[in-house]
Amino acid sequence: MSEIRFTKDHEWIAVDGDTGVVGITDYAQHALGDIVFIELPEIGRQVSKGGEAAVVESVKAASEVYAPVDGDVIAVNNELAEEPARVNADAEGAGWFFKIKIVTPAQLAELMDKAAYQTYLEGLA
Amino acid sequence: MSDPNEPLAITPLNALHRELGGKLVPFAGYEMPVQYPAGILKEHTHTRTKAGLFDVSHMGQVRLRGTGVAAALEALVPGDIQGVALERIRYTLLLNAKGGILDDLMVTNAGDHLFLVINAGCKHTDIAHLRRELPAGITVEYLDDRALLALQGPAAAAVLARFIPSAAKMPFMSYAETKFLGLSVLVTRSGYTGEDGYEISVANTEADELARLLLAEPEVDPVGLGARDSLRLEAGLCLYGHEIDETTTPVEANLAWTLGKRRRAEGGFPGYDIIKEQLDKGVSRRRVGIRPDGKAPARDGTQIVDSNGRVIGVITSGGFGPTVNGPVAMGYVETAFAAPGTPLTLLVRGKAHPARISELPFVKQNYFRG
Repeated sequence: MSEIRFTKDHEWIAVDGDTGVVGITDYAQHALGDIVFIELPEIGRQVSKGGEAAVVESVKAASEVYAPVDGDVIAVNNELAEEPARVNADAEGAGWFFKIKIVTPAQLAELMDKAAYQTYLEGLA
Repeated sequence: MSDPNEPLAITPLNALHRELGGKLVPFAGYEMPVQYPAGILKEHTHTRTKAGLFDVSHMGQVRLRGTGVAAALEALVPGDIQGVALERIRYTLLLNAKGGILDDLMVTNAGDHLFLVINAGCKHTDIAHLRRELPAGITVEYLDDRALLALQGPAAAAVLARFIPSAAKMPFMSYAETKFLGLSVLVTRSGYTGEDGYEISVANTEADELARLLLAEPEVDPVGLGARDSLRLEAGLCLYGHEIDETTTPVEANLAWTLGKRRRAEGGFPGYDIIKEQLDKGVSRRRVGIRPDGKAPARDGTQIVDSNGRVIGVITSGGFGPTVNGPVAMGYVETAFAAPGTPLTLLVRGKAHPARISELPFVKQNYFRG
């Protein structure tokens, strides 16, 4: 059973052992609107916490997606190339972006759990 | 440009936008809907297949009156304004002394006056410019008591004809002062989406009622500024501050078609010497359409390079074209690279993306041709 943590930039990471699946939150996809293109990192790339890892483009604009923690990219969701709208339909499921091998697990404690993220979103409203 | 610290102005449809769930954003000093809950893709497609209703009340509406008003305006624009027939419209440009573009605008011959529609972001400087430059006998009346709605799309004519039967037969780029049920309206068969449609000017106090009547028609959905932008980009139409500004001339912007034949020969508009020379000898850069080969959109400001990596131009508008179902852009390139089909490279986030010069528009224009 994986544990999901959230960033203030609206990424999520589902942690299972030493790997993590990363995507953007439902709040983020809603704020972006119709997503038309996603640039994913290359497999093998090292990403660092808070650093740019992917780019998501809505009709209006391009936005950066940051790595929630340090890690090495071990898989990407290639289906998003053909169907970027999956992110709008299921941001926290089928619309995942990439999978990393977590390098610095201690950084996970700095992220929010579901309840803390909900409270954070309420503060933004 | 608007001051970010100034409170935003609102249009008479602000309450309606909120009621419809519009996502309101600052634009040209106004709080405007960028989209409604349907989203930009659906709103765009709805406009191309049925009819979209847009609030464009932030744009400036101006009435010019006085003896010889058409000739007087010709001193500021390169269009043949004296040649505009009664109740017809011309697209033209306010120019500076270097032939640079201060704004693009629609000018209607409304009989005893000229009716102008100018861009929101330029309207206050345009009006000051008109008041300063036009002779004393010409009055410049800013119609800030009027709202402007655009009804655009292939079903627009059938919808509007239910309220104004004569609207269906109005020629493209014509004007009528008429009644919409009991409301006094100024209707033009025009728009900025590449589709058939109308712009309807109505008193601020009656705009909400008019908008609700149109939205009650089954073909009509509200459409925000996001789709307005993707529609005009696919239609190859210039956006002030992007494709055109004070540093671009009509010839560079591929708007030489707006230069009236008589005006080209006679001159008498700002920057004539420069523009005449450009017409005769050519220009070093041109506005073009660009299609990236891949799927990544190239946004405003993206550098364009040749096969040796030399910078040959820049993207001025770019994004995803929902009807094209791929990325589309416009920009400027050196004239040697401006022919359709010419390969280019776009530097998107530092990475080279292949692209080609494309014909404009990207989507066939569906204007009413009678």
